[in-house]
Amino acid sequence: MKISMTVNGREMSGEAEGRTLMSDFLRNTLKLTGTHVGCDTSQCGSCVIHVADRAVKSCTMFAAEADGACVKTIEGMANDDGSLGTIQQAFQDHHGLQCGFCTAGMVMSADALLKENPSPSESEIRDYLEGNICRCTGYHNIVKAIMAASGQDVENIAA
Amino acid sequence: MPADGGIGAATIRREDVRFLTGTGKYTDDINIHGQAHVHFLRSEIAHGKIKGLDKASAEQMPGVLKIFTSDDFAEVGGLPCGWQVTDRHGEAMQEPAHPILASGKVRHVGEPIAAVVAESREQAQDAAEAISVDIEELPAVVDMPGALEDSAPKVHDDLTSNLCYDWGFVEENREAVDEAIRNAAHVTTLELRNNRLVANPMEPRVAVGDYTSASGDSTLYTTSQNPHVIRLLMGAFVLGIPEHKLRVVAPDVGGGFGAKIFHYAEEAFCTFAAKNLGRAVKWTSTRSEAFMSDAHGRDHVTKIDLALDAENNFTAIRTETHANMGAYLSTFAPSVPTWLHGTLMAGNYKTPLVYVNVKAVFTNTVPVDAYRGAGRPEATFQLERVIDKAARELGADPIALRRQNFITEFPYATPVALEYDTGNYVATMDRLEDMADLAGFESRLAESRERGMLRGLGVNCYIEACGIAPSSLVGQLGARAGLYESATVRVNATGGLVVMTGSHSHGQGHETAFPQVVADMLGIDAGMVEVVHGDTANTPMGMGTYGSRSLAVGGSALVRATEKIISKAKRIAAHLMEASEADIELGGGQFSVAGTDKSVAWGDVCLAAYVPHNYPLEDLEPGLEETAFYDPSNFTYPAGAYACEVEVDPETGKVSIERFSAADDFGNVVNPMIVEGQVHGGLAQGIGQALLEDCVYDENGQLLTGSYMDYAMPRADDVPFYAVDHSCQTPCTHNPLGVKGCGEAGAIGSPPAVVNAVIDALQRAGHDVEHIDMPVSPSRVWHAMQG
Amino acid sequence: MYAFELERPSTIADAVAALAADNAQALGGGQTIIPTMKQRLASPSRLVSLLGVSGLQGVSSGDGAVAVGGATTHVDVANGAASSYPALASLAANIGDPAVRNRGTIGGSLANNDPAADYPAAALGSGATIATNHREISAENFFLGLFETALENGEIITSVSFPVPNRASYVKFEQPASRFALVGVFVAQYDNGVRVAVTGAAEGGVFRWTEAEAALSSNYSAAAIDGLSTPSVDNLVRDLHGSAEYRAHLVKVLTKRAVASS
Repeated sequence: MKISMTVNGREMSGEAEGRTLMSDFLRNTLKLTGTHVGCDTSQCGSCVIHVADRAVKSCTMFAAEADGACVKTIEGMANDDGSLGTIQQAFQDHHGLQCGFCTAGMVMSADALLKENPSPSESEIRDYLEGNICRCTGYHNIVKAIMAASGQDVENIAA
Repeated sequence: MPADGGIGAATIRREDVRFLTGTGKYTDDINIHGQAHVHFLRSEIAHGKIKGLDKASAEQMPGVLKIFTSDDFAEVGGLPCGWQVTDRHGEAMQEPAHPILASGKVRHVGEPIAAVVAESREQAQDAAEAISVDIEELPAVVDMPGALEDSAPKVHDDLTSNLCYDWGFVEENREAVDEAIRNAAHVTTLELRNNRLVANPMEPRVAVGDYTSASGDSTLYTTSQNPHVIRLLMGAFVLGIPEHKLRVVAPDVGGGFGAKIFHYAEEAFCTFAAKNLGRAVKWTSTRSEAFMSDAHGRDHVTKIDLALDAENNFTAIRTETHANMGAYLSTFAPSVPTWLHGTLMAGNYKTPLVYVNVKAVFTNTVPVDAYRGAGRPEATFQLERVIDKAARELGADPIALRRQNFITEFPYATPVALEYDTGNYVATMDRLEDMADLAGFESRLAESRERGMLRGLGVNCYIEACGIAPSSLVGQLGARAGLYESATVRVNATGGLVVMTGSHSHGQGHETAFPQVVADMLGIDAGMVEVVHGDTANTPMGMGTYGSRSLAVGGSALVRATEKIISKAKRIAAHLMEASEADIELGGGQFSVAGTDKSVAWGDVCLAAYVPHNYPLEDLEPGLEETAFYDPSNFTYPAGAYACEVEVDPETGKVSIERFSAADDFGNVVNPMIVEGQVHGGLAQGIGQALLEDCVYDENGQLLTGSYMDYAMPRADDVPFYAVDHSCQTPCTHNPLGVKGCGEAGAIGSPPAVVNAVIDALQRAGHDVEHIDMPVSPSRVWHAMQG
Repeated sequence: MYAFELERPSTIADAVAALAADNAQALGGGQTIIPTMKQRLASPSRLVSLLGVSGLQGVSSGDGAVAVGGATTHVDVANGAASSYPALASLAANIGDPAVRNRGTIGGSLANNDPAADYPAAALGSGATIATNHREISAENFFLGLFETALENGEIITSVSFPVPNRASYVKFEQPASRFALVGVFVAQYDNGVRVAVTGAAEGGVFRWTEAEAALSSNYSAAAIDGLSTPSVDNLVRDLHGSAEYRAHLVKVLTKRAVASS
């Protein structure tokens, strides 16, 4: 079947089977490979995107379920001029990524969090990231980056 | 230092921009026109005899191109093992064949039996389900001591037993160590298990094989930490493809932690099948496949004895370990429990006598190989746990007992063959006591108790041997590879540089840190330096990234190549300024003549090298490009002291990490931001091992922890903000940067700190608990508290 | 994953009609069935998505009960029941992770009846009534054991009605890997007595701890639990994350905590 959706502000469409996962549709059909797949039990969160302004795991929904929806992925997170958005910039400034594989999901989850809770505490951030696994950073600089992106002073957080 | 960051600057990472915008290029992002997909039919049985395989109906399924079995690989070599260990009787280890696809028998759950190549991934999987395999199930070998009993089934029928090797080190010390332990004033004994782990880089493995029939060239895109090693092993030992006809590319790689060092069957298969079918062939692992096909880590069962004299000086250490090899020898598996483990058993202490015995055992489980730290965490854990236990038995302060036994003079030759070139264990412990506010522990303890929680403090030290390693030494020890590293520095005509390194970044930040080194040496902006890595077609032969070796070995090669550049550039500058080469100085991107105001800019020298109109052509070739291979003269020895404070919920047994402090000595540091990030990540993996992670098989060899539903990965709410510090710096004495390596420290040093803290908490609360095996899960803690 | 056809009806009637096909199955948020299908452990020929069916979404309250539409996501329950039934909202707010809560639905969770899921504890602990397209089923009669419910083929959960208690709380102790409940206890006090429902612990799924209900009905305090023996370990789960004895112990600990926090 042909499905269409607005992805990062652009109309896009492509062929999908019923069983085509949203993550596969983005990666293979729309060639948006910034969304990653790191597990098959819906836990790692590398595939988090926003559908209708809600963070979802794109490996755990069918592409056809997003037919007609507004979708946002990591490719749509930079500013209009191409510079890094606030959260992206905070991740770079605070070394919130190493291998980069989980990063798209982390940024998309962080964006959803800050929309719900503009100034989250450390524990609120850690709690919110329950569904995003990172194997590189030990989470320290991810949490710090999200606090910084929300405008909080992170100078006093130990290295 | 250059304005935008030379050595010592916390330069933010340039590679982050592509990762943060979704424009990284990982192996699974590579799709080759016309590619086919492979699905591996994997064994669901741990041990069995393949009596028949019927693929006729599967071959007729839609989209199927070909179904491969072991018969198709009759002319192809098996997967090689890169390290041979000689046992304590001087005999070579038992080394079984390791086929690409199971041949005759299946030996672990997840072993590939057949490979279906089809137009789509789903079609390949559909057809794989239609293959009928008749397997006669045999009793599985899972438990290590049991595997060595005479009555145990054999994993490999052509070997004499399930014993890979029985290694003793230093064998000549064996009797003296026994004697010292018999005569000691006090002996502390501890039996423990170092839990089996799964590395779990977030990017699952991927391989894409491609073949160009017109030229006969094969290309493999793969998730590897060391593409040149894969090219050498696969080309020379498996498929018989000369290296000039084989290109291996490891593009952006989403973490490795050891599991992506090794040469895997899937890589060889995709390369082979692409040529066989004339189509590119792609394999993308699922996480479920990763759990049963990526090499696992750790899995040691150990008994350690620590002997002390009447003054609490350590007099001898004896340790006996069973190390699980799994069903086959993964690429570097034999080296892990031996040379990466036994040689570290002296730790930070001046114990005169050490004897290490390791029995490596074949079982019907996934092969076990290096995982972050590789042998050194196993050594550190047992040593630092037994010291803590000894302190309790003797009523000694655990920190004071360690301090009393510290090595304080360097270089220091250990009784297990290493020579520590430098270190200052007193300084790191001093720093730790300060940063961890050990003096404030009692008040924090009181506060925890008011809330009904138990609190404990664990402290330990670690030392590791990194920057692996002198080729001549590892050759004597059984390595079938050299362990140098390479760098080519190419200066362009307009002054920009490209560094081509044999190291590989899969998160470590080479693209940022390596230019800092070059920029610092040349006095130019780091932005003028670009790094190329990961492609055998455009980088010099290198051994890759593992064992905390990139900067210590690869960075040293980079320094040597840059020194050659400077030397040649000075000759060009001398010519341009009509001065003596000996008088040329380089600073701030300018060549100047000492004692004069004459100077010529870096860019002008570069231009002259490529537009050699005014140039000493009779003495000097044009161009400015140099390569260096660096082979270190010794390992490097990062060391540190870690402290962990935990709270234990006495009702549920749940442990929470309240504080974690790490004082490390990494020698000189090029990018402190990256170094701290490496430590953070290592700490989370060490805390994960201590509290959460456990790869478990049942008695039939079935993997019980085959997904994140049962294998507990550390998550953001399992760990605290860490306090890390690397201000104690004793620079490495034998490499040009004075660096030691930082990638594995956190994973090596943290597990004993966590377990020591839990035991401390329980003992302070009156529980007579001496040890709990990792992971120290809530249920284990609760059961321990029940006595 | 095996091939199947995906239907997205907009009315209950269309959904029911679509589910009449052989081997058709309802699809809520898919947070359980999609991973299961990836492992090829389920092979429906047709999935009928209920997310677009009108009338199945939302939380409303009245007549001493909170009614939740069958296709309401966890996050919408967390927000929609926050004032009317805080313990239920809190439970919903701690299912899985945020992305799972944005997709997963109450109907999907109840119909699946995972022995470690949270919602069954709320439903049984509240004495909820599960309404389908052709009947109402009490929670007592709904949960029939491991992944088994009273639902018949083609039957759709349209709403769930939770009588609002005087006070209630759900306390979960998470299995460290999956973050499902190793044990979860839902305690609710009503005028006519206290209900205690336990999830995660038993092989057969959610159950009522009647001894605790009796003790708390006469004395609603954590201390009332102290005198009780832990539940029998006979039918409790024993696995690599905890023994039956540990789970039995947790049932008691968490019941006390739930009472204290209610």
